[in-house]
Amino acid sequence: MGKTLAEKIIGEHAGRDVSPGEIVVAKLDLCYVQDGTGPLAAREFEGLGRDRLAMPDRTVIFLDHAAPSPRKELSNDHAFLRQFAATFGSHLSEIGEGVCHQVVLERFAAPGQLIIGADSHTCTNGGVGAFGTGMGSTDVAVAMATGETWFKVPDTIKIDLTGEFRPGVYSKDLILFLIGLMGADGATYKALEFVGDGVAALEVSDRAAIANMAVEAGAKTGIFPSGEKTKEFLARYGRENEWRELRPDDDARYERTIKTDLKDLVPMVALPHYVDNVKPVADPECAGIKIDQVFFGSCTNCRIEDIRVFESIMHGRKAHEGTRVLFAPASMSVLKQAVAEGLLGSLLDSGATIVTPGCGACVGVHGGILGDGERCLATSNRNFKGRMGNPNAFVYLGSPATAAATAIKGELADPREFVS
Amino acid sequence: MNQEGRAWKFGDSISTDHITPGRFFHLRSKLDELAKHVLVDAREDFAREVRPGDFVVAGGNFGLGSSREHAAVVIKIAGVKAVLAKSFARIFYRNAINVGLPVLVCNTDEINDSDTLVLDVENSVVINKTSGERLSCQPIPPFMREILDSGGLVNYIKEHGGFPK
Repeated sequence: MGKTLAEKIIGEHAGRDVSPGEIVVAKLDLCYVQDGTGPLAAREFEGLGRDRLAMPDRTVIFLDHAAPSPRKELSNDHAFLRQFAATFGSHLSEIGEGVCHQVVLERFAAPGQLIIGADSHTCTNGGVGAFGTGMGSTDVAVAMATGETWFKVPDTIKIDLTGEFRPGVYSKDLILFLIGLMGADGATYKALEFVGDGVAALEVSDRAAIANMAVEAGAKTGIFPSGEKTKEFLARYGRENEWRELRPDDDARYERTIKTDLKDLVPMVALPHYVDNVKPVADPECAGIKIDQVFFGSCTNCRIEDIRVFESIMHGRKAHEGTRVLFAPASMSVLKQAVAEGLLGSLLDSGATIVTPGCGACVGVHGGILGDGERCLATSNRNFKGRMGNPNAFVYLGSPATAAATAIKGELADPREFVS
Repeated sequence: MNQEGRAWKFGDSISTDHITPGRFFHLRSKLDELAKHVLVDAREDFAREVRPGDFVVAGGNFGLGSSREHAAVVIKIAGVKAVLAKSFARIFYRNAINVGLPVLVCNTDEINDSDTLVLDVENSVVINKTSGERLSCQPIPPFMREILDSGGLVNYIKEHGGFPK
């Protein structure tokens, strides 16, 4: 019987063949927490009474959601996590180093790995062909102690991609389109596997943005095969030795197949307050919506490829006078690359404000909280009521290109008029 | 064991941002404080007036969004006996079991706000004393039921030394 990517990876880590619906215990390659979920995980770990981590070199604590800390309570949480990392010998990713999922892609994740993180967007690791899934603090605490966890082997939905994006249309538009199609619970408990001729040309940055938002359709993971683009990405970080080819079997069994031709897609936005409330940016319902803040950041979309797109549209132009632009690179390495390419100066000239690499604005902790009645176009992944720190504000989600066009126009705008 | 409680009715798609908004992020190491704001962005009166033994009764996809286990923890701290919903988001469901909060899938259209409910976890049945109806719930999967019966995953692991081999 042929296997999907999810079945292959879970099976390799469970030490036997697995089929959808089975409950299995599997060994993990990596587990991580962030500063929102880490303190609870650390306390649960201590509650287990263990005196060592099962895999200290494959356990990472990230300080990214409140980086740098805006409040004394969070400073105390950071101090606790730093002490925990020092005591037990885990990795610690400090404030400013970046959003956990981007740093994991750069330094830790590799094709075929099984990864859990106490953050729902751990599915981002599917961008390099790893099975990544988000769990709560207690599950990760137990993984820290035992090096394993249990899984229900998911059914897989095949997303069969063909063709190429037209100018002005990007991976974010694809995943928003798919979430709109499936609904916010359309893939609950399932794996989304992205395959087809349309995948080969997608960079890991595109794949990561797509896999990142699999959870917004309820999925357990989103995952891509590993091929040449994956190898190139790992080589960029000196990790090509961690590459392996990985693809599903030709006779793998899928719960269903969704076919999408990339050339049929248009720029999309998710309207408040749900991610599956998607419309084409060109829809009359999106016309004339004034935007107070553009947030260009997050684990979905602020990689170097995204910054190149955003800057190419903003280049030589100014943000609209009524619209502030916050720019939070996904990681320090991304920020350094943007500096090296001369992109940062250009963005500052356009009126952007730079924010420490991290999650603060996206998750409503600090660094971009909205005022009552304000509207934000964000390149992030969630627009739930209260998401960006204020239940009386409104969050719209779109691609970096849509964000740039919107920044220039001061209202929701279609990026296609700015690209050739 | 099977004491009565009040139903607090919520709609579809209650996210973890409704339950534990990011603006209270700094209270995550003070869970009793965080619990004072539980579900505030879905229903403001809930945290103030919920009583131990009450029920959260919701529509579809309850708990969608983030992995923050605090969402399940603060519902438990508020004294909620169980969450009943038409369906749950995956991570929330697993978190709830891990912290010892019963979560049951049933047709919640049959329950109105303020109805008096009695839960029989053993038989996966909810008795609506206000309407007189008995509602069958989907049983919790056996392995998760073991975790719940241990009082959560930490207790389960301490009892068994690890996962089953």
